[in-house]
Amino acid sequence: MFLVTLIALFVAMALVLCRLYTGPMVYDRILAANFFGTAAVLFIAVLGFFNGRPDFLDIALLYALINFVGTVATLKFFRYRSLGDARPGMD
Amino acid sequence: MAETIINVVLFSMLVLTALALVRMERLFTIVMLAGVFSLLAAMLFVTLDAVDVAFTEAAVGAGVSTVLYLGTIALTARGCKPSVRPSTVPLLVCIITGAVLIWGTLDMPNFGDAEAPAEVHVAQYYLTESVKEIDVPNVVTSILASYRGFDTLGEVAVIFAAGVGVLLIISRMPGQGRRKDKEDS
Repeated sequence: MFLVTLIALFVAMALVLCRLYTGPMVYDRILAANFFGTAAVLFIAVLGFFNGRPDFLDIALLYALINFVGTVATLKFFRYRSLGDARPGMD
Repeated sequence: MAETIINVVLFSMLVLTALALVRMERLFTIVMLAGVFSLLAAMLFVTLDAVDVAFTEAAVGAGVSTVLYLGTIALTARGCKPSVRPSTVPLLVCIITGAVLIWGTLDMPNFGDAEAPAEVHVAQYYLTESVKEIDVPNVVTSILASYRGFDTLGEVAVIFAAGVGVLLIISRMPGQGRRKDKEDS
């Protein structure tokens, strides 16, 4: 059953990669990269169960945090055009 | 069998991402692709059971590097100039280097070989004696923090210096970066 889940996950990853390579808009690519992070979390979790070691689940949770950092930085870049503190006095 | 399929799928995704990364010209897209590239590498490390290496790869490659690249783009330009010089010589150098590296792996022991030098040198000693000597249940921790303590101290110093340097660069420049951005728009 976990093998089927893995295969489905790989198909989803392939579709996301297609969008990432071709995606006409920048936002398509942000979404694709973000989803790929989620897919990595799922992959590590499923791989742990597939190999009979469910303690991989904790590691998968850490990857969710990393994914969050990257997406927040990307969106902040688009909102403020910089990553430093955007104080109004500096403009 | 399943392991082979997983490896093949992950490696083909890795190669495709690398090829796409080389072909792209918008720097923002390249940053996104580089993040995905290191996530794929991290997944491969997890399949190889090197969970700590995988986590470092994901944290540095997909987490911190994305933020640093975006900061750099915000401070400089958003597109790269198309190169005018022919790229045959660099390609040749890359191919030769890659071939030499692959040739170097030929006399490496097989994956998981019990007779590999890494297994017979000091690993046995660490596995059997470290709990008695250091009294830390995790062998990796006792190696990093005690047997190789000075090595780890040096690494920490290097990482600290790098972090301070990056923070100085990022916190100094925003005024200039923004002025440049206004001229562009």
